[in-house]
Amino acid sequence: MTTITKEQPTPAQAPDGGPLLQASGVIMRFGGLTAVRDVDLTVNSGEIVGLIGPNGAGKTTFFNCLTGLYVPTEGTVSYRGEILPPKPHLVTQAGVARTFQNIRLFSNMTVLENVLVGRHTRTREGLLSALIRGPRYHKAEARSRERAMEILEFIGLADKADHLSRNLPYGEQRKLEIARALASEPGLLLLDEPTAGMNPQETRATEELVFAIRDQGIAVLVIEHDMRFIFNLCDRVAVLVQGEKLVEGTSDIVQQDERVIAAYLGEPFEGAPADEGDAAVEQAEAGFGAEAEAEAGAGTRAEAGADAGIAADDAGEEQENDR
Amino acid sequence: MTDIPVAAAETAAVTTAKPSARRIAPFVPLPLTAARAVTLIGVVATIAATFMSWTYTTDFPGDLTVTGYPGGLQVLTLVSGILTGLFALGAFGLKGLRWLAPNHSHNAVLLLALGTFATTWYTVIAIAQELGGLANLDPGGFVAAVGTLVLLIGALALPIHRHPQEDPNAEYFELGRLSTVPVAVAGYKWLRELRPHHTDLPVPDPTRLPGWVQRLIITLAAAVGLEVLTYGLATGYTEIFLGFLIVVVFAIWALSASGLLRQFSGLTAAHRSFANTMGFLAALAYPFAQNDEHYANLGVNILIFGTVALGLNIVVGLTGLLDLGYVAFLGVGAYAAALVSGSPFSIWSGVQFPFWAAALTGMAASLVFGVLIGAPTLRLRGDYLAIVTLGFGEIFRIVVNSLDGVSGPKVTNGPNGISQIPDLSIFGYNLGDSHDVGSVTLGRFANYYLLMLLITVIVVLIFTRAADSRIGRSWVAIREDETAATAMGINGFRVKLIAFALGASLAGLAGTVSAHVTYNVVPSPYQFAGAAPPNSAFLLAAVVLGGMGTVSGPILGAALLYLIPEKLGFLQRYELFAFGLALVLIMRFRPEGIIPNRRRQLEFHEDETLVPGKRPLGDDTVPVSSAGA
Ligand SMILES: Nc1ncnc2c1ncn2[C@@H]1O[C@H](COP(=O)(O)OP(=O)(O)O)[C@@H](O)[C@H]1O
Ligand SMILES: [Mg+2]
Repeated sequence: MTTITKEQPTPAQAPDGGPLLQASGVIMRFGGLTAVRDVDLTVNSGEIVGLIGPNGAGKTTFFNCLTGLYVPTEGTVSYRGEILPPKPHLVTQAGVARTFQNIRLFSNMTVLENVLVGRHTRTREGLLSALIRGPRYHKAEARSRERAMEILEFIGLADKADHLSRNLPYGEQRKLEIARALASEPGLLLLDEPTAGMNPQETRATEELVFAIRDQGIAVLVIEHDMRFIFNLCDRVAVLVQGEKLVEGTSDIVQQDERVIAAYLGEPFEGAPADEGDAAVEQAEAGFGAEAEAEAGAGTRAEAGADAGIAADDAGEEQENDR
Repeated sequence: MTDIPVAAAETAAVTTAKPSARRIAPFVPLPLTAARAVTLIGVVATIAATFMSWTYTTDFPGDLTVTGYPGGLQVLTLVSGILTGLFALGAFGLKGLRWLAPNHSHNAVLLLALGTFATTWYTVIAIAQELGGLANLDPGGFVAAVGTLVLLIGALALPIHRHPQEDPNAEYFELGRLSTVPVAVAGYKWLRELRPHHTDLPVPDPTRLPGWVQRLIITLAAAVGLEVLTYGLATGYTEIFLGFLIVVVFAIWALSASGLLRQFSGLTAAHRSFANTMGFLAALAYPFAQNDEHYANLGVNILIFGTVALGLNIVVGLTGLLDLGYVAFLGVGAYAAALVSGSPFSIWSGVQFPFWAAALTGMAASLVFGVLIGAPTLRLRGDYLAIVTLGFGEIFRIVVNSLDGVSGPKVTNGPNGISQIPDLSIFGYNLGDSHDVGSVTLGRFANYYLLMLLITVIVVLIFTRAADSRIGRSWVAIREDETAATAMGINGFRVKLIAFALGASLAGLAGTVSAHVTYNVVPSPYQFAGAAPPNSAFLLAAVVLGGMGTVSGPILGAALLYLIPEKLGFLQRYELFAFGLALVLIMRFRPEGIIPNRRRQLEFHEDETLVPGKRPLGDDTVPVSSAGA
């Protein structure tokens, strides 16, 4: 993979190991429902942190609180020591970029244009300079395109730059979302289930991709159901169950924790949505691989199966259509 | 929240349309040589018929009584018949004409034959109906009717590229409750299989021709376009305009079916600036090509209407904001210009701004109103903007009506408006006077046409430059998915406000010219819906029908929506009805508008494996609060 030379000296500002993102006491209530209860989470620079939990645990909601899509009922989120205003565009401007669990590309724009939109915060040209088109405008535009192509090269989509993004196969749409987020030159990247619906090879490739992103000095916070993926990848894992942070620690600690196993086995928590179809279990096993940790594997099967299975079905159809 | 993909139903529909499974079948079973012979016989008979007399009285407009010289509607039949013959010979493989069928399909022949048939039968029926009976037809009329029928039958027997056979197990959810009724399903299936299908047939790349040939083709196309347009604008009576519409619609459809249109768009994409220049020159030549003030007036009004539609296109087509009161900004510009025009009915009758200052005043006034309307509403998502703009549009008209010195302060003279607006004078060139340019006399409307053309070019430049820039991309991103756009760092409110204000000021600019062209401004045209343009509903329809987000779409849509009520007088009372019906039909069968956005350029890039209209996890209709759940 090619490397991206970063314009901003972002990694240098926060020395390795220092706290990059600090969420403290985040509470999110929707009417009577508390989706996120008093969650603290720190991501240090240079780290890959995993966020796992059953469906409906509040992981996506927590992401939305971090990125300003939701205004948390209580609690603060700070990035590089400064409190983030709950406005998505300001959060991105500050250096936190994200992807979505349900792919949200700009489907009628080309691949390249999608990435160029990601460059929005790192460019200044307004309407007037677009109309006048002076030399500065041309330079900035050329620079943006060059950077966007570099990122596409890095992600492996450069040859499809002119395709409409909605015509991309599923796996590539996920990749493009990551490329678009990278274009905003983030210091921290939030990935919401980046491998949902992917086959094992694609999942492996995504793993490599996340490592490569980390190697560029971008910290990563990733939500995922695929345990093998998470435990391979993450320096630290936090478990969210029913909106509460149950455990946090290294992969080993989390895998051994009985409460986690219980949560994933579908112990009768109130309102825990565990009955999403057993038919998909077999599908999911393919995704786990044989050498997955026995306990974790068994524990997560039902839950992850439900999700990955459905998504895998979808991906299957996708590939059929492409032929 | 919606973790489960909802696209399962969509998927079934998509898999049925595989480009690989091509079906070529005639509609009428005849051997190929027989079909070709019948087609050519039909062509010859049709052409011959146009030289005969179709009726013996001159009561029917256009004088169809002359033998040996086609007139009126006969000319349309003749042109359409000749085109059919040429395309048929090309499709049959005649050396020298093969370029007319680059995709080796007979579909274009069928469509042209249909057009010839339709326009001829329309003429014959109109003669019989208007003059009271078939007795008014001369033998020539019958020859024409039979000849075009033979032509149509021959064309129907040609091998036509059709939609692939439907999957026997396919389910048609779009039929709703009828989808369980076998008869309805069978009929629907039959209809679906009836459709011709030619869009994915490969065509040779035209850019391999020598450069000067490519330029020559573009030039010729511009000249033909101008000629056709001038002919259409100058049609003197309803019947011939309808016949003209029929021929043009089928001819354009046939051009697309033969692959020529696709090749042509490849050419214009390769020579973008040359093609733009030729288009501009063709538009510039319009007042010189015909020397009638009435048609120059039509031209000005179409340009004004088209320019405003283009401004609206920034708001609706690029940014995806629904503005239902856009015509009010045209009104603000027109009134602002009228007030500073030096008209004796203006409250500042002593003030007479030069044109550039008046134009800036109109733009600025519209801009101010745009910001005033936009600032409080654009922070909200959803339908608020539509409602507020609808209200603003009506309030504007009512307020202007009331500022007459009786119900309110005297500013606009109420319903009487501001009249006697003097003609513009630019660099000592008075647009109200006739000027001789070479052998051609440019009258008042021709002058305004040229001024308006200049403004249209400026607006087109603003549109294209803005659209293809950082700000334009952020507009489109907001249209596509506002949540994702803000998550990519776009300040939605700011960017939407810029689009809204820019759209408003462009309408204001067009309004300043419109005030001078019509000599006066009155409140009544600036309404939401009416039988004649401009009104907000027509403007919106021009954008949507023409093709959202494109440059030529709204201008074409505006031209059509302006001409059709103008030319088809008989629609009068049914006009809004017909207009609504057309809108529904277009939205059903061609939701992307007449000129589709982007895909045209992309056609040449995308490979065969493309899956149209497929979104794996569609949730763009998820309510605001559940963003990203
Ligand atoms: N906008 C919202 N309004 C009401 N409830 C919500 C909203 N967004 C999420 N929730 C609820 O919050 C809980 C957590 O959802 P989510 O964060 O999507 O879970 P996860 O991503 O862990 O699967 C769910 O019970 C969900 O229904
Ligand atoms: Mg989620």
